[in-house]
Formats: sequence, C-alpha cells, structure tokens
Amino acid sequence: MTKISNLGVVDTLEGLNKKEFSSVEVIKEYLNLIENDSKLNAYIHFNAEKSLSSAKLSDERRSKNEALPLDGLPIAVKDIFCVNGEKTSACSKILENFIPNYESTVTSKLWKAGGIYIGKTSMDEFAMGSSNETSYFGSVVNPWSKEGDKLVPGGSSGGSASAVAAKLAPVALGTDTGGSIRQPASFCGTVGIKPTYGRCSRWGIIAFASSLDQAGPLTRSVRDSALVLENMAGFDNLDSTSVNIKVPKFTDACSKSIKGMKIGIPKEYKISGLSSEVENIWNDGIKWMEDAGAEIVEVTLPHTKYALPTYYIVAPAEASANLARYDGVKYGFRKENIQDLEDMYSSTRAEGFGEEVKRRILIGTYVLSAGYYDAYYLRAQKVRTKIVEDFNLAFNNCDAILTPTAPTGAFKIGEKNMDPITMYMNDIFTVPASLAGLPAMSIPSGLNSNGCPLGLQLIGKGFDEETLFSIGAAVENAANFQSI
Amino acid sequence: MSLDKTTLERVAYLARIKIDASEINKMTSELNNIMKWIEELNEVDIKNVKPMTGVSNEYLREREDEVNDGGYSDKIVSNAPEKIDNSFTVPKVIE
Amino acid sequence: MRKPITLKGETGTWEMVIGLEIHAQVNCKSKLFSGSATDFGASPNSQVSYVDAAMPGMLPVINNEAVNQAIKTGHALNAKINNISIFDRKNYFYPDLPQGYQISQFKSPIVGEGWIVIDLGKGETKKIGIERLHLEQDAGKLMHDQHPRLSFVDLNRSGIPLMEIVSMPDMRDWEEAGAYLRKLRSIVRYIGSCDGNMDQGSLRCDANISVRRPGEEFGTRCELKNINSVKFMMKAVEYEAYRQIEIIENGGEVKQETRLYDPNKNETRSMRSKEEAHDYRYFPDPDLLPLNISNERIEKYKNELPELPDQKRERFQKDFGLSFYDADVLTADRSYADFFEIVSKNRDTKFVANWIITNFFAMLNEVEKSVEESPVNAEQLGELFDLIKEGTISGRTAKEVFEEMFTKGGNAGDIVDAKGLKQISNTDELESMAKNIIEENTDQVSKFKNGNEKLFGWFVGQMMKSTGGTANPKVVNEILKKLLNK
Repeated sequence: MTKISNLGVVDTLEGLNKKEFSSVEVIKEYLNLIENDSKLNAYIHFNAEKSLSSAKLSDERRSKNEALPLDGLPIAVKDIFCVNGEKTSACSKILENFIPNYESTVTSKLWKAGGIYIGKTSMDEFAMGSSNETSYFGSVVNPWSKEGDKLVPGGSSGGSASAVAAKLAPVALGTDTGGSIRQPASFCGTVGIKPTYGRCSRWGIIAFASSLDQAGPLTRSVRDSALVLENMAGFDNLDSTSVNIKVPKFTDACSKSIKGMKIGIPKEYKISGLSSEVENIWNDGIKWMEDAGAEIVEVTLPHTKYALPTYYIVAPAEASANLARYDGVKYGFRKENIQDLEDMYSSTRAEGFGEEVKRRILIGTYVLSAGYYDAYYLRAQKVRTKIVEDFNLAFNNCDAILTPTAPTGAFKIGEKNMDPITMYMNDIFTVPASLAGLPAMSIPSGLNSNGCPLGLQLIGKGFDEETLFSIGAAVENAANFQSI
Repeated sequence: MSLDKTTLERVAYLARIKIDASEINKMTSELNNIMKWIEELNEVDIKNVKPMTGVSNEYLREREDEVNDGGYSDKIVSNAPEKIDNSFTVPKVIE
Repeated sequence: MRKPITLKGETGTWEMVIGLEIHAQVNCKSKLFSGSATDFGASPNSQVSYVDAAMPGMLPVINNEAVNQAIKTGHALNAKINNISIFDRKNYFYPDLPQGYQISQFKSPIVGEGWIVIDLGKGETKKIGIERLHLEQDAGKLMHDQHPRLSFVDLNRSGIPLMEIVSMPDMRDWEEAGAYLRKLRSIVRYIGSCDGNMDQGSLRCDANISVRRPGEEFGTRCELKNINSVKFMMKAVEYEAYRQIEIIENGGEVKQETRLYDPNKNETRSMRSKEEAHDYRYFPDPDLLPLNISNERIEKYKNELPELPDQKRERFQKDFGLSFYDADVLTADRSYADFFEIVSKNRDTKFVANWIITNFFAMLNEVEKSVEESPVNAEQLGELFDLIKEGTISGRTAKEVFEEMFTKGGNAGDIVDAKGLKQISNTDELESMAKNIIEENTDQVSKFKNGNEKLFGWFVGQMMKSTGGTANPKVVNEILKKLLNK
C-alpha cells in the first residue's frame, strides 16, 4: 500500500472515499511525521488532540455518507491565520503567546468543508522576509538541502512550502504580499497560487500590508491547489475589500486545453543578473506552451523595474500602521520593569519586534511623515497606478503572462540576510502582480545545477484564476517535475 | 533626500521603537541605502497620474446598523498582559 | 447691531477669534465599523467586539446609518455632500486607541463647506461658516482614580461613530461661541443625528482661540479640550483670552498648543503629552475603499429633512402670531416645539405659549427635568387649559391644579372635582354673598365711598375667602362694582 503521506490532496481524498484508510489513520501518520521531524523546523505548533477528534468526526460523517468536499484532509496553516484556541503569533515574539478566540474566514471555510487542522507552520516574522530567517522560532530548512549545506525554503510562507515539499502535509496555507507564496513554492518545488486580491477574505489573517495581502494554498500539484482554493475562496461580508463574485470550479479548469491561448512574455523581465539556468527554464516553459498549442506573444511592462521600490514604500507604510496595535496593552508581549507609559511602548516594541520588522516599520513611518508623504508615499501610489496600466495594456494582447518566479533558486541560510536590498531582490518578479492585485501562480519546472527546484510564474487577469489553472496544468504536465 | 540621525530618532519616536545609541549609526546608513535605492522612482513621470486608492474598482460596501457583536469582555481581555477585572491596565497616564 | 465683546488689556483693546470643533456621537445602534452596541454606561469592555479591541486580523465594515446621519446633518448645515469621500488612518499611540490609529477622514471628508445662523438675542443673528463635517471613530476611555500606579482602559467607547463638525474661525466672543454651540446642538437634536447630551459626552467641544488687535491678522491659537457644557466653554474661552493677552502684553509669545480646561479651577493648562505626538501620518485606510454616495441618496435625505429651528421659529411667528421671543424659546429644542404644537392645537396659541413658557418651563427647571421627562404630558396640559377656557376654573386655580398634576399625578378634571375647585360663576349666588359682606362691613363701605378706592380689593378678597378661591373673579368684580357704587 502507498504511504499515505506520499499522496497529495486529490489522492488522499480519493483514498478516504474508497475507504483505503481512515481520516484518523491519515492524521496519525502526519502527526507522527511532524513530531519526529528534527531537520526542517517547518512546524511551530500542533494540537494532536484537536486534530484527532476532528478526524474522528470526519470518519463518522464519511461512514454515514455525509462526507464534505475536503473531509478528512489534513491542512497545515501558516502562523498568520488566526485559529480559534491555537497560539497564533505571526512568528513574532510580540505575539508569542497570543491565543485568538476567533477563527479566520479562510480556515473556517476549510474546516466547514471537512478539512482538518494539522498544525501551524513557521514563517518570516509578520510575513516580512524572503527566506524564513526572520521567524522568532528560528530558520526553516528547505528539504532540498544537501548534507551540511542548509538552504532557505524562501519566504515568508517558508514553513508551509517546506512542509508540503517534505510531505509533512498534502497542503499548507500561505499568504502572499509581494511573493510570499510563490517564491517559497519556487524554492521548495511546490505549486503555490496567490489568487486575485479580494478573492479570499482577509478577515482573521494577521495583517502585513492590507492592500496586498492575499491567502492561497501550497500543494504538490496544480489540481490540488485548485481544489483547496475552491474551498477557501469566496465573498465575505466582514472584509470590505472582499469582492462579491462567484467562485468557479477551478478543478474543471485544470483539464482544459490551452490550445490557441495567447501567452505573453514580458521583455522587461529579462533583467541583467538573471541566472542562465533560470533563463533556460523560462525558455523551456515557452517551448512547452508552444508544444501545447498556445501562441507566444511578446508583451511590454515598462514600469517593471519600479515595482520593487514602489512595493518597499507601500508595504512598509501600511505595515507601520497595521503593526501599531502591538503595543503591550491588549495582548502579547509587554516588557517588564518599565518606568512609564512611553517606556512601556518603546521598550515593548523594541524587544518584541525583530530587526527586519523594525526596519520596515521605520521606513513606513518615515515615508508617511510630514514633509515626506508626497515625495515617497503619494509618488509610489501613482507609480502603482502606472504598473496597473501596464498590465491592463499587456492583457489586451494575451491571456496570461509567463515569467520566472524568482531570479535564483534557494540560497544558503545566512547567505543573504546581511544586506536587506539583496534580500528584497528575491521578489523582483513576484511584486508587480501583487501591486496590481492580479492572480499569479508558481509551478515547479526544473532543477538548477545545485539540484534545487526552479519555478515558473503565471500571471493572469483579475479574477481569471481559471486560465492560470489551465496553463499551470500544462506546464506541470510538460515539466514532469519530481517531488522529493 | 537623506535620512540623518536626527530624522531617524524622530521616526523611531513616532513609531515607538527604542533604538540603542550604539545602533543608531548603523541603522541610519542601512535605512539610507534603502531610501536611496527607492529614489529610483523619481525617474517616473507621474504628471496627471491618479494615486491608487484601492486594488479593485469597487466602492465601499456598507452594513446595516444592527447590534450583533460584543458582550464578551472576558474574551476581550483574555490575552491581556496585565488586567484587573475586565479592564486592561497600563502605567498611570498623566494628562 | 450687536458689537462683539472686546477685552481691555494694559495696552489697549483686544479682539477674540474663535472656531469650534464639535464631536457629536452619531445616533446609531451599533458602532461605526463593528456590530457592538453604543449604549452609555455599560460595564468595562462589555460593548467591545474583536474589531473594536483591534485584535490581530480584524477588519472594519462601515455602518450605513452613520453615513445617512452624516448626510442628513450635512444638509441641515447647508453644506455640500461629497459623492466620494475617503477614510484615512490617523496614527498615534495612546492606551485608549487600540489600533494605534484612528479611522477618520482627512483630505476628503463626507461633507464640505456650509453655514448656520446663530441667534444673539433681541432678534439679532449672525452667519457662521462650517468648514467641514467628517466621520470618525471615538477612542476608548482611561480611568485614573481606580489605582495608585495604574490607569484602567475601557474600550466601550472605542469605535463609536462620531461626526466632527469644524466651524470657520468666525466667532468673535464667548457669547457668539455659546450661541453657536447651542444652535448646533439644537440642529442635531432636531434631525435626530445626535442626542446632544453633553453630560454623557455624546456632544463634546474643542475651542480654538486666539486674540488680536481689532482688524489685524489672526494671532497664534490654542486648542482647548475637555469642555463638557456650554457654560464651561464660554468660561474657558474667556479665561484663555485673558491669559493670551497677558502673555503678549508682557512681551511674550503665545505658543500654539493644546490646553486642558479645568472647570473646578476655571483655568486652562498645557497638555504636553498631546504635543509631542504631532505628526499623525494620515494615509488612506487600505482596509476601506472610497465611500461613494449617489446623488439619489443625497437628494433623498434632503427631501426627508425635517423643519429646522429657524424655519420653525418663523412659522410659529407667522402662523401662531407669537412674538420673536416666544417663538425663539419654543423652538430652541425640538421637544419644546413638538410639545407646544400638540397643546396649542385648536387652542389659543398665544395663551398656550405664554403659559408654557412662564409656568410649565419654570416647573421643569425647578426639578431639572426635560420636556420628555415631564410627568404632565401635552394632552393633560391641554385639558387643564380647556377648563380655564370654559370658565370651570380660574387662572390662579389652574396653577394650583397644575402643581398637583406635576407632583402627584392625575388629570386636571379629576383634581378639580376631588378638591371642589370648580369656579363659582353663578351671579345670583355670588350677589347674595356680596350683599351679606356689604351689610356686615358698613365701616369699610363708607370708607370706600369716601374715596378709599383701594378697599375694593379688600372686598374681592373677602369674596374669595368665603368661596375658597373658587369664585369667578370677573363676575365678582362686576357684582362688587355694581353693589358698591349704588
């Protein structure tokens, strides 16, 4: 019999439906793997009792032929989603022991669809990072690391990517602000999709940059992502930016032919410093598309090079306000032996936040401050408008855009965390779609000379995730990528 | 525009983040590098461009005026680092 | 025309320049961005949702009634309602501000410029400009006297919808400022957008004040906070004006700052804590999209706007023949006007107006009750007036009956019956009574006839005494005149 943990989402559900194994057996196997994992540090918390009791209920439903769409499926959750009764900290000391009394809309939808909470995965603190090195709970290791050469899983959803790649979960939830699902998916050889802004409710997800944050799944196949996203997306009254639009059956789109589709290749993504290996994979991708009957067209996104600096004004500005609530008053960490109120604030926040988070809060505060607002924040929001216009024009001529997900494969832990700008460069290809709120997906497409995965990114029109799933399935089919 | 030490101290105060005197120089130059890189944006012609105010083209949705929340003060203060009864407490504020 | 009050300093005359910022709690069941209740006086943190406490991951969703009330109020202030307005985050740290920012409106408020007319007595009025009205969240409350070292934080007020109404700096003395505050309070109560209760903090006032030599440029202003009554606002302005004059006359400069008014000491003092955090870093709240108000919605509330105090006063003068003074008093608050209109329907309006102002309001004042709390309702008072009109009781008896109704309850007719207060108007009965009195008091009669006309009152008194005050005074007068002048 196949090892349960080798199965993806669709296959696990099929096995459950065919009564090849029970949900309790599935959960026990994963709990055992999570408990005994000493290498990756992908999970930070789990709750065996809660998971097992949910699994029992799931098995009961199935025995009564009342199984729900995801019944019995273990789901790992990035530590940024509030899960009722479970520690939720965004991997920050400032929220170390915070236990929400409420459940995020996205996780709540998944539990209602029969999904089972299997544990909390590590992440960069408050989702600020591209290597998972800023987590208060320590670095996460990429399962593709070779002996003695520990690689980062990417970030910020590094724990989720690492767990899925290492088969410690068939699916993990991530959030993506500037590439936080797609870049770790690329580094760890998993599929990851950031849906259109407004597709998934942000309610109950700890905010980093409100105009950019979106939830999405990380899985080992395109179809798996489609099935999970179908069950987590949807309109939510509690989120004023949630868009009231029907969620299509994404799984159906996975088997649709891409013949005749137009796929745009933006010339501005051929940046200097793009490794030849990445460029080769990109060229492979173009060829696969042609082989599948799609038409390749060159498109232009002239403001691409300004996307990253724009992002590093907009996201920190929003974050500086979003993170003001961590002040030691209502929840989380409060510094002891403080002199007065001012000391309580500044010492609590100095000690509770890590270096990168503090850096971004300071940048965000600066770009909004009197005398600088117009020069930085307002200008950035105008450039953002230009970036959106670029995409609108490009999509007049194509159905989706194909690019590399990241300029390199996974790097060593400690290799890039000394210089912030070098680290920020990781997101150069993922940030533009984030700024425009467009759906984008990373599909594992090959390995570099270090034997590390490289992903290709597909960017789609707003609320047209279906096209991404169709093309993504074609890329997946052609790449024939083998997970670990 | 360069971000000097005094500006950093003011920004750190606004953000309520205490910075050790020993870190100030390093932080100033680090943030300055980032801001210099960001200033690439000055190349973009933004004349007559409207700033983005929302990702979607939609307008604000409104809810009905109904009381359907609250009434759980114990849960509101359940994570408080310091509290007395159902109130949060902070070092005495002098107004 | 009324001249504003000017102040005499050591070096000459000074003029005041005053602008007011009013925070009015919007009359809504739930909060601006969450579904928790807005009732006054609940136990700590019991009317708080996770949104109001700024729990991680919580998001705001706007209350449409708050928007409607702001539109209505905008119309009542003769102001422009903006089709598009934007909510911004105002960033600062304070323990009563759980998000670390207040959701407010900065560059694009819901309501733009407008004006109101204030009344300065003797029929004099002045137009005061309104700069803007915007919606924002209230903060929580800090309590300092529960503990020697700690302040307590209660977030029940956190997120309550407020309208901030900012006037132009058009007022020139505390009388004008007082008239403005009273008028604005009256307007929001008329349209029901705020209960106007200053004691409970549903209406709060900050005053911006500066002084200058008459006709010169504006001076540096100070903002006065913690003002919770019209009286205190006027006193605070007066104190602050003199303080600023003294500084300037002694060669100093007024520092632009926020000052706290202390009603116990009647002084203002610097609030250094508020000064340091001055850079609010406003930016559009990315959790909220732009608010779009259609022209249809704007028109709808314009058409539904009730009669406002000025219009009502004019109508009372015109339709009911009331004096400016009476009409003004009766329309100062909607509850007065509504009460008056019920009572005066099909009755002598001038009589009713006069009676309500002199007797009914005086009684309410004495027991410090509002019209809504009055133990005597409009119908009951009307019945009392009918008894006067029918001649069943005298005006004097009516006051006695009213007091009984007010303090012990009951209807006028029942009280009159039970106490035998029905007026005697029967001429025969009164005439024989008068004859008896004249026969028994021949001394007084001859004195009267010899020219002591004051004694007429004595005879009236005797009549009243023997009837227990129920004799119809008009009839008594006539009979006595007839009999004594024989």
